Amino acid sequence: MTDGMLVGLLLFGALLFALGLYGALAQRNAVRVLLAVELMLLAGGLNVVALTRFLPAGAENRRLGPLPLAGDYAAALGQTTTLFFLAVAAAEVAIGLAAVIAAYRLRPTPNVDEMDERE
Amino acid sequence: MQESWLPWAVLAPPFGAFVLLAAFRRPLGRLAGWIGAAGATLALVFALQAAWTASGGVTLSAPSVALLSAGDVRIELGAAIGPLQAVMLVVVAAVSAFVHLYSIDYMAGHRRYGTYFQHLSLFTLAMLGLVVATNWVVFYLFWELVGAASYLLIGFDVEREAARRAAVKAFVVTRIGDLGLLAAIWGMAQGAGSFDIAETLAWASSGAAPAGTVTALGLLMLLGAAGKSGQFPLHVWLPDAMEGPTPVSALLHAATMVAAGAYLLALAFPIVQASPEVARTTAVLGAFTALFAATLALGEEDLKRVLAYSTVSQLGYMFLAVGAGSRFAAMFHLTTHAFFKALLFLAAGAIYHAVGTNDLAAMGGLARRMPKTAGLFALGALALVGFPPLAGFFSKEAVLAAAQEAGGVPLGLGVGTVFLTAVYMGRLYVLAFFGEPRTEAAREAREPGGLILGPMAGLGVLVLVAGAATAPVAGPSARLLAALGPAPEAGAGLGAATVLLGIAGLLAGRRLAIGARCPMTAAVRKAEQALQAGFYVDACYRRTVVAASVFVGRIVVAVDALVDGLFTGTAAAVAGAGRRLREAEAGQVQRYNAVALLVLVIIALVAAIRGR
Repeated sequence: MTDGMLVGLLLFGALLFALGLYGALAQRNAVRVLLAVELMLLAGGLNVVALTRFLPAGAENRRLGPLPLAGDYAAALGQTTTLFFLAVAAAEVAIGLAAVIAAYRLRPTPNVDEMDERE
Repeated sequence: MQESWLPWAVLAPPFGAFVLLAAFRRPLGRLAGWIGAAGATLALVFALQAAWTASGGVTLSAPSVALLSAGDVRIELGAAIGPLQAVMLVVVAAVSAFVHLYSIDYMAGHRRYGTYFQHLSLFTLAMLGLVVATNWVVFYLFWELVGAASYLLIGFDVEREAARRAAVKAFVVTRIGDLGLLAAIWGMAQGAGSFDIAETLAWASSGAAPAGTVTALGLLMLLGAAGKSGQFPLHVWLPDAMEGPTPVSALLHAATMVAAGAYLLALAFPIVQASPEVARTTAVLGAFTALFAATLALGEEDLKRVLAYSTVSQLGYMFLAVGAGSRFAAMFHLTTHAFFKALLFLAAGAIYHAVGTNDLAAMGGLARRMPKTAGLFALGALALVGFPPLAGFFSKEAVLAAAQEAGGVPLGLGVGTVFLTAVYMGRLYVLAFFGEPRTEAAREAREPGGLILGPMAGLGVLVLVAGAATAPVAGPSARLLAALGPAPEAGAGLGAATVLLGIAGLLAGRRLAIGARCPMTAAVRKAEQALQAGFYVDACYRRTVVAASVFVGRIVVAVDALVDGLFTGTAAAVAGAGRRLREAEAGQVQRYNAVALLVLVIIALVAAIRGR
């Protein structure tokens, strides 16, 4: 329970997010893009878990003043919220995959850069 | 004055033919020629009827329509036929009818057969309309229509560069003259307060108009007439106009285009006579052009170009007669000239049909192969030179008798032209019809068919009898011509002198043709070159007027490009920017996201910097 651990977790989250961003922008295959988007979402979830876990009791925000939640209660809330994130992500992937398949029917290509509005 | 529909009736048949051909020339096929000919012939019938009535001393006036009415200005689309108009109508319609008939066979098989007759009908219509016009604006309209139709016909063989150039040249050069006519019309309207021809002429000759104004108007009108009639210094377009089909040349040279200039002077006769300066200028210009063009005809190697210069020269006679104060002589010569020049051109067309060229060097000995054509050509040539009892003799004598009034210089030039005319026609005739055939085509030449010879024979008859048109026995025609003015008195000596000069000229021409033993000194060669280059008039124009025009044109084009560039440049810039922007909205979702990320980063950076 040190600051070093928090920094490591946040760095990992940032790395995960950057990886997801790169994949979302640079990958051509629609399924890979979808995977990358999930990565970014999970990176966000990891940040929530890490920050709530290491939020000390009586922590203050410079502008908002003392935070109402801290300690184990905050950690439990963060982890529960992240579980909901995962459920949302699963639903999102289901919708995303359905959209990709629908798009594939319209235009038989798996590549997003070929799915433009031209023609 | 007598109310009559005849003036419109004369215009109706060519107009009908034109409309019919313009609409249905393709399905009509070979019938197109007969329709054109029928139009011209009907016009001739109406013209003869009108002439018969007009010879009784009445002016036929057709009901008119107001074409334009603004304030005090009224422009009437009217038509009237007096003696002058009657003579002109008969000449135009007759020559046009013969040319139409001739063309039916001559143009057979041409790719644009129907179009040809359509243009020919338009040409005839324009000339007839010009003659009957009662208003200067309407006159000018038809005047330009004549020019436009001749442009179409001179450049009829659009495939050939030379024909296209000749058509443009004819149009542009005559346009210089047209400017003079336009200015004269404007001036007359300012002075007389009306565009009506009769009213303006009455104003100009009444003495109410200032003398200086009348002189200026007369000179401007002379410029217009000189352009249309190919008088010096605007004669350069006429020889080039030979690029058109030969029947077109016959019509253009005899009755329609070039005769319009002489007709204008005859119509505006009161103005020419009201100012002694204008009369004198007209006479001298005409006499000089007559001699000048006859000289140029000596050096030509092309059959049609010789005839073209001869037209310029004979029109000079008509100008001389008007300037000398005899409208009678001018119109008489215009009539006879129309007949024999049309005959000469139609015969030249027959030769072209047989030999396939207009080059005199490629002919020779045609008299044996084509005796009928040779005979008819001789008839026309002798009329042109002026031998009795052919038409040309009487009219030319009338012109020269009138020239006696104009003074020594014009008379001398006119008489000199008689000799030169005989020389070039003698040379032409010997080169074309006598001696041995100089090419295979000339050896194989054959007489044309009846539909080509027929109109030539018809014109030949007219050439034989038209000289008697002023004799009392001729009745109506004599009365018509007499109504134009008194016949000038010619002494017996003048007639004898012209005949003797003609004989001497023909003999000289023969010597010229069979190669007179003339030492080819440097001076002779130089003279020959000068003749063949048309005394360098064309070259001179090219260096000065044409070069200057091209220079001004380049400047205008450059300015235009600049102004245009501002507009098209602005438009192109906007279009280019739009194209770039469109790239960004190509529907590429990843590109949108990248842009969104970029913007997000920028916002974050700005916030970070400002937040500190």
